Amino acid sequence: MTKRTKFTGITRRRVLESGTGLATMAALGFPAIVETANAQSKFDWKRFKGEKVEVSLTKSPRGDVLQANEKEFEELTGMKVGSEQIPEQQHRQKVVIEFTSGRPSFDVLTISLHVQKRLVAKGKWMEDLRPFLADASLTAPDFDLSDFGKAGLDYSTQSDGRLDTFPLNIDYWVLYWNKELFQQKGVPYPKTMDEIVSAAAKIQDPAKGIYGFTSRGLKNANVPVWTSWLLGQGMETVDSNGKMQTDTPQAIWAAELYKKLNKDYAAPGTIGYNWNECQTTFSQGRAAMWLDGIGFAPPLEDPTKSRIVGKVGYGIVPPGPKAQHSAMFGDGIGIAAGSKKKGQAYFYCQWATNKLNQYRLLQTGSGAPPRNSPYQNPEILAKSKFGKEWFDCMLGSAKISRPGLPVIVPVTEFRDVFGVALTNMIGGADPASELRKATEQFKPILDKSETG
Amino acid sequence: MAGASATAAAPSVPVVAGPAAGRGYKRRYWPFALPATIVIVAVIVFPWVFTLYMSAHEWRIGSAREYVGFDNFLRLAADQRFIESIWHTFYFTALAVVLPIIFGTAAAIVFHRKFPFRGVLRATFVMPMMATPVAVALVWTMMFHPQLGVLNYLLTSIGLPPQSWVYSVETVIPTLVLVEVWHWTPLVMLIVLGGLAALPTEPYEAAHIDGANAWHAFRHITLPLVWPFIMVAIIIRTIDALKAFDTIFVITQGGPGTASETINLFLYLQAFAFYNMGYASAVVVVFFAIIVVLSLLLLHTRQRSKWI
Repeated sequence: MTKRTKFTGITRRRVLESGTGLATMAALGFPAIVETANAQSKFDWKRFKGEKVEVSLTKSPRGDVLQANEKEFEELTGMKVGSEQIPEQQHRQKVVIEFTSGRPSFDVLTISLHVQKRLVAKGKWMEDLRPFLADASLTAPDFDLSDFGKAGLDYSTQSDGRLDTFPLNIDYWVLYWNKELFQQKGVPYPKTMDEIVSAAAKIQDPAKGIYGFTSRGLKNANVPVWTSWLLGQGMETVDSNGKMQTDTPQAIWAAELYKKLNKDYAAPGTIGYNWNECQTTFSQGRAAMWLDGIGFAPPLEDPTKSRIVGKVGYGIVPPGPKAQHSAMFGDGIGIAAGSKKKGQAYFYCQWATNKLNQYRLLQTGSGAPPRNSPYQNPEILAKSKFGKEWFDCMLGSAKISRPGLPVIVPVTEFRDVFGVALTNMIGGADPASELRKATEQFKPILDKSETG
Repeated sequence: MAGASATAAAPSVPVVAGPAAGRGYKRRYWPFALPATIVIVAVIVFPWVFTLYMSAHEWRIGSAREYVGFDNFLRLAADQRFIESIWHTFYFTALAVVLPIIFGTAAAIVFHRKFPFRGVLRATFVMPMMATPVAVALVWTMMFHPQLGVLNYLLTSIGLPPQSWVYSVETVIPTLVLVEVWHWTPLVMLIVLGGLAALPTEPYEAAHIDGANAWHAFRHITLPLVWPFIMVAIIIRTIDALKAFDTIFVITQGGPGTASETINLFLYLQAFAFYNMGYASAVVVVFFAIIVVLSLLLLHTRQRSKWI
């Protein structure tokens, strides 16, 4: 008979068979060891035994991983979990409406840091996690906040120092490139943003259905492409004082680069492309380069969906004229301020972002964990379907990452207004006048968003 | 027997049909109308009054509410994007009504005749109507892909140039209408087919004796007689096309740019993406006014086309 550990349901034989080993278990804060380690501490996972916590997750592979392993949390704490996953757009709407009502139906929620960070701060809708972290009776000794990378923690931290969420996943923007197409033309991986244009020009062959570049053209979705180029000027769209920098010479330079690549070197129809059309185009070997989030990589290495398995290069976004940065987007998980079960919710947040769950994200290709430990695990490279280049690209991007969207309340309107401007550029409009018009249109919205 | 005595006593009671009796009748029966009144007030009257109230306020969810009078309506009148969305709505509606009506009527005439496998073919023809709009939209999105979609593959394989479909400002609305036509022509066909089945045969026999050909019979007998049914189809299709949201949202999200942004999509953005509830309420009021005018126009036309 195989013996099961008390909390996880993982058998000793399965652990041995998996080859994970004791070192890995310790590194991941394996619950059985945690149980022993916690025996002497004030912390008790069973403190809220018999209670229930409601969790509202954004529909994503991260949500899938958490829901698939929820039983582990229930066994660990003796609590029950009621969780739901809601598609991203609808989840954002639900969160706003429920918080505005003053009585949210959930205790724990995930938010998109790149869209909702400032909104939840302004509304004071989420609990500051710092007092919880400081309470030894509530925080597991092995939670290890220092294991989180600086970029992820900074992203979760509000301008006044509040830690409204633990970072759950960070998506870094990278430059996917088709090694086969590059080799055929004898073109090296671009070393600068300008070289992206020259590489695209050399590889482009419309007669064969091959295009030099692909990226989002659909309004709203297309804004991070432009902001990625702008980061090459060492600049974000809104500075730390809330001043818009969207019609500066640097922003116009980034918009011209956006226009050139999407108009001259992308496939016809790119004006309506979201990430999924770009992914399909790239995965079918029709585009030499694709700028987008690293989280979209799994189908590229799936033989049932991709014609370029094993030929994909994962490149850190090349430097621009003044800087090299990777645009960063991410999710965080935290406690609803209106919750009556804050301690229970905090337990769930700890579990959701513990080392083991973060490792699972990386192992299954469900996301890029903000913790450092999953990447240091010797097992991960052997078990992952991605090669060393993918990991190097992710870690390299993490080191130079900056937010890809401004940390403001009306992020969606920002994306809409500037998204339309960028779409117009693909249609032939002048970048400078489009950006000036969009800036003029958005400025009063931004000014008003911080009042009232 | 109580019943018998009551019946016997009845003639002696003077029957007075006056205001007092009427009021008594009303007093006895008004509670029966109460549930319906409550429901109508709760689900129709109150939302409308509240929407009107909200349209006079500047209110972004999460911020304080501020009374602005008619400012939202004045902003709308100057909002180029809103005005364009009205034009997109009319353009889309006109095509999405006229084309299914023409094709649906033609299909009904074909299926009204007897021919082998008519039943099977008719059942096949109505199948698109049974599909879920969102699923239909997703499938069409894949088919429209400029490089990898099946539509361009078919065009290029017969020597025609590939098209941009929904990925071009110029062709996006006609392409969305194509989906609507595919989806809803069967509905028009069913309605008109019902009308054709109810037509009398005598006028055709008389026309045949008088030497009328097939076109004359269609133009001067079939069309006038079946017109009330076509009007029903036009009204249903107009309502459907005006409120179209799911197909457009899934396929283009109003893009490229704002080229396929109809009033509904504009409204959705204002209310549920920007949380600009006051402004969105003003859009609802204007949209309602447009619908009322169109409805009156259609009802007036229908009255004139009554089958006498």
